[in-house]
Amino acid sequence: MAIDLPFIWAAIIAFAVLAYVILDGFDLGVGILFPFFKEKHDRDVMMNSVAPVWDGNETWLVLGGGGLMAVFPLAYATILPALYMPLVLMLLGLIFRGVAFEYRWRTRRGEFLWDIAFSGGSMVAACTQGVALGALVQGIPVEGRAYAGGWWDWLTPFSIATGLALIVGYALLGATWLVMKTSGDLAERARGYALKAGLGTLFAMGVFSLWTPFLEPLYFDRWFGWPTLLFSLLVPLLVLGCFALLVQGLRTRHDSRPFIAALGLFVLGFAGIGISFYPYIVPASLTIWQAAAPEESLAFLLAGALVLVPMILGYTAYAYWVFRGKVDPEEGYH
Amino acid sequence: MFESLDATLLARFQFAFTVSFHIVFPAFSIGLASYLAVLEGLWLWTKDEVYFALFNFWKTIFALAFGMGVVSGIVMSYQFGTNWSVFSDKAGPVIGPLMGYEVLTAFFLEAGFLGVMLFGLNRVGPKLHFFATLMVAVGTLISATWILAANSWMQTPAGFTVNEAGQFVPVDWWAVIFNPSFPYRLVHMVLAAYLTTAFVVGAVGAYHLLRGDAPKRAKTMFSMAMWMAAVVAPIQILAGDMHGLNTLEHQPAKVMAMEGHYQSHPDGAPLILFGIPNSSEQRVDYAIEIPKLSSLILKHDLDAPLAGLDTVPKELHPPVGIVFWSFRIMVAIGFAMLGIGFWSLWCRWRGTLGENRWLHRAAALMGPAGFLAVLAGWVTTEVGRQPYTVYGHLLTANSVAPIDAPAVATSLIAFIVVYFLVFGAGTFYILRLMGRLPRDPMPDLAEGPLRSAGIMPAAATPSGSRHHGH
Repeated sequence: MAIDLPFIWAAIIAFAVLAYVILDGFDLGVGILFPFFKEKHDRDVMMNSVAPVWDGNETWLVLGGGGLMAVFPLAYATILPALYMPLVLMLLGLIFRGVAFEYRWRTRRGEFLWDIAFSGGSMVAACTQGVALGALVQGIPVEGRAYAGGWWDWLTPFSIATGLALIVGYALLGATWLVMKTSGDLAERARGYALKAGLGTLFAMGVFSLWTPFLEPLYFDRWFGWPTLLFSLLVPLLVLGCFALLVQGLRTRHDSRPFIAALGLFVLGFAGIGISFYPYIVPASLTIWQAAAPEESLAFLLAGALVLVPMILGYTAYAYWVFRGKVDPEEGYH
Repeated sequence: MFESLDATLLARFQFAFTVSFHIVFPAFSIGLASYLAVLEGLWLWTKDEVYFALFNFWKTIFALAFGMGVVSGIVMSYQFGTNWSVFSDKAGPVIGPLMGYEVLTAFFLEAGFLGVMLFGLNRVGPKLHFFATLMVAVGTLISATWILAANSWMQTPAGFTVNEAGQFVPVDWWAVIFNPSFPYRLVHMVLAAYLTTAFVVGAVGAYHLLRGDAPKRAKTMFSMAMWMAAVVAPIQILAGDMHGLNTLEHQPAKVMAMEGHYQSHPDGAPLILFGIPNSSEQRVDYAIEIPKLSSLILKHDLDAPLAGLDTVPKELHPPVGIVFWSFRIMVAIGFAMLGIGFWSLWCRWRGTLGENRWLHRAAALMGPAGFLAVLAGWVTTEVGRQPYTVYGHLLTANSVAPIDAPAVATSLIAFIVVYFLVFGAGTFYILRLMGRLPRDPMPDLAEGPLRSAGIMPAAATPSGSRHHGH
């Protein structure tokens, strides 16, 4: 094979998932932090800081899901039934979170309800995404092109731990986003939460780094085999570097540095998971080549993706640029 | 308690429930996005502030409807995998890329520019803002194109072979996308979305004309909506007829169910207006029918023979009762829309469009008609596709995911509770917004001398209220 289409597509899907985790991560993080900010005015500003961009951010989740069906249909057809309950809960959480952006401004009496929907939905979505990740890392049994486990298999101490960890991780993204996009007392308090969530994220990354290699022989080989051992040695150093950058950015009251450091932590964690998996897309069951769609499907969608993804990144960047800078508390169409 | 229920039936019910809720929002937002683009374009072109006021009024409603469409749509994009995994594994290589293109060409475009459209006017200025509105409108239409290509392929599959793993493998993408029913279905659906929106806008305009609280804006939107109804309703009936003939050619059993033709009619089939389909006896009870009219409509010949469901093995019959009734509901609403459209033309010609209270009452009543027609039409085509998911090639019973019935029952109940709660609240907020046509402080928007006098006694003369700001 001249061009390894499944490999290219694995990279694109991984990029879409990473884009989703980072982008919707800070939206969901803002929702997770809602209960810590009681003032209506603070909440208005928090919501307005993500209102113009959340929909685009969530679209990466649709690309991750829909793209998986197109290019790795067998992975889509085995992972999704295996994660049935967490995914249904995630979808319900995202419904409450998503509609709250509009509903919250349409009622005075019911505003507190949509505040709860916004933060509750964000927390459920974050937690179930973490659970789904944990359950995927544990491995999914496949027999004869179908999921071969039960509908509670996803529920283990490991997946619960990853679910809780992702809440903390998203809270870090959300808090550093608020540091960057807001000002005054709100930003000051967000700094405090960013530091706490940063410590929590660092702790979680440490725990999972020690836990994951013992889940599955493949991971152990990856982490302690050659040449991937180089990466296992390098990543902890880079993670500590990002954490130092985060703390330094918060101490010096830098606007964007804490957010960039938080992004760095997520990219490193994501790369670590990816390197542990590869070349499996359904861990311990299916490789990317076994799960890939026929070449006609991969090539057809790739032709479009190569043109369209750069365009999407272009106008998405434009949309972010339009709403650059601190949120003006008086602005917003509501 | 759910052990006795069939997991496949539950999964079907869940899909039908979630997709029915979902389709309501795109049907509205496709039309409304185009309407917003027209309003903003007219505002920029004529500088008439009434268009800008209407744009802002409908923009808020659009934001709500679009948000509900997004969150209910994400459920759909995951449900193929969670509940229809065998279908996804087999048909994913064909319809997956179509949906992938929908995300890449439409969803990102809409989402990227929606923020600018909703919040960005002061930041980017009117011209770029208009561009953003256009992109949102174009995005909704591109989205409709891809998803209807995917759905049409399931109805009239073409351009594929089947590999040794049992997967549908595309051979000719042109044939896959432009499958036999796609052009008809696309036109029929986009027109339906435009009609749906026209009747919602018309109903809101009519309501405010009846209340008399904002005559200029109410009349402007009512007039625009009635033009749409008068022009599009007849085209839609024509498009629907052509779609029906296409269905007769490619999915004859569906048309037999729509017509209630259990038996073959060798010399001219009657048109059954009403009756009660009785599938166990394979006949329509209490049928009121017009002889030979069905042959005339479907074959353009009074004596043309028409085959009935007796030519199809019984296990391949679609559920006749549902299809028979949903089709009649859709057609009846279509003709009611045509009636309103012509009535409005008559009133317009007589110069009473803004005064005829019976027309306003009828139009207000017809506000939800488009949604009902869209749902009835989709029920007709989707239930009429049964017992297949990919027509003629993959049975619904062989498409379902290996999820236990209790799991599906639990998620189904959760979806029902959450959807009624969340989308019920959203519908309430939308209706409340529609009921309030807020008075705009801009002097250009003064609705007439009486109103101006009421608000600004000092500027009692109409000219005074028009030319001086606060």
